Amino acid sequence: MDWQALSLSLKLAAATALLLLPFSVWLARRLAWSQFPGQGALEAAIMLPLVLPPTVLGYYLLLGFGGASPLGQAYQALTGRALVFSFDGLLLASLIFNLPFAVQPMQRAFASIPRELREAAWVSGLTRWQTLLRIELPLAWPGIAAAAALTFAHTLGEFGVVLMVGGSLPGETKTVAIAIYDQVQAFNDSAAAGMSALLLTFSFLAVMFVYRLGRAGARR
Amino acid sequence: MRYWLLLFCFLAISAHADAPNVAAAADLKFALSEIAANYEKETGRAVKLTFGSSGNFARQIPQGAPFELFLSADEDYILKLAAAGLMQGDGRLYAIGRIALLVPHGSKLVADSELKDLGAALADGRVQRFAIANPEHAPYGRAARAALQRAGLWERIEGKLVLGENVGQAAQFATSGSAQGGIVAWSLVKSPEVAKLGSAALIPESWHPPLRQRMALTRKAGDDARRFYEYLQQPAARAVFERYGFSLPAK
Repeated sequence: MDWQALSLSLKLAAATALLLLPFSVWLARRLAWSQFPGQGALEAAIMLPLVLPPTVLGYYLLLGFGGASPLGQAYQALTGRALVFSFDGLLLASLIFNLPFAVQPMQRAFASIPRELREAAWVSGLTRWQTLLRIELPLAWPGIAAAAALTFAHTLGEFGVVLMVGGSLPGETKTVAIAIYDQVQAFNDSAAAGMSALLLTFSFLAVMFVYRLGRAGARR
Repeated sequence: MRYWLLLFCFLAISAHADAPNVAAAADLKFALSEIAANYEKETGRAVKLTFGSSGNFARQIPQGAPFELFLSADEDYILKLAAAGLMQGDGRLYAIGRIALLVPHGSKLVADSELKDLGAALADGRVQRFAIANPEHAPYGRAARAALQRAGLWERIEGKLVLGENVGQAAQFATSGSAQGGIVAWSLVKSPEVAKLGSAALIPESWHPPLRQRMALTRKAGDDARRFYEYLQQPAARAVFERYGFSLPAK
């Protein structure tokens, strides 16, 4: 068992969920409740990582983050380090490829809140922030929790993009999925078996949790 | 006319459909592609090449992967498969691989064969990222590690290494603009595609255990695969290997 890889994966998954969820709440509410020009294109773009081959995403990330790109150079100037082959680069990639997993469940949850309910809250004198905290978030929580679970589990499992932009640096970009691949190729089956069983169990529990939330949401 | 074109495409595809599958180590990417193109030109027969890490192929063949010929970058894989009864004999040594320091254009590193500037660059901070293939399972990664150890740089460079899944990805990492250099297969550096991306220096052969590259026919091999296997041992094919910087085993 490669504990360093496992703890790195957990760290990456937690950081992705923490950074992505607040942004996704804002984005999901806008998509659920308002209509604006280009909404269809935006929704399609958010869903893209679901269907795009990881190699396509990896290729564009290498181009977009690389030492020759404006983003890569700006990051290098700011921090003195390269964005590709670093935890920060992986986190940025992770934020992008998890967008659909975070936004989709929330968008559905917010869309199911009747508009009259929010209007009632406003005429009762609640501010928009109070409405968000006391009415909307409590009603949408199954969707938000599902988004958190899916984002977390999907980050643990992502392989293709990490293989292309990571470089397998222990403690920096060598996630547990990459560690399994390296161990399989090195004919070290016992190490691969332990980590694979752990990921399998965890992913199963995460998906089961999401389904339970779905039923809890439907009962309301 | 359009239908003729379609028919032609169909025939071209079906002519290739029977071509034997060949698994080849990533360092052969350019050399073997050229040899296969010559072979097709001379004989009208095609082969289908798959490039990847030797360790990966060594895992896939026992699981029934449809390869008829396997060119490994490390002869151990072939010898183990042969011992397990999966190959037709021990095969042949076809080349000895060499490694090189590859420095992309725009890097502040200077390519010298004894890695002297790399040592200085590690001391003064000119190197932040350095690419090699993964020594856990890639033969060229093991050779790169041995050379870095021989140069006394391993402890200092270990934290800066980016590891390619195979030596081809290591070369891509080295020239991506995000690393200052790398140690990769000399055969990749000699190809025009990689040569235009930077400068390189050949590392002394005695600095790492020899990369003895062996090939063998699998139990699935048919006559077409056997013909290509024979062709690879002919002077024309050996000349291409040599041009790409491989040392050749005595005949």
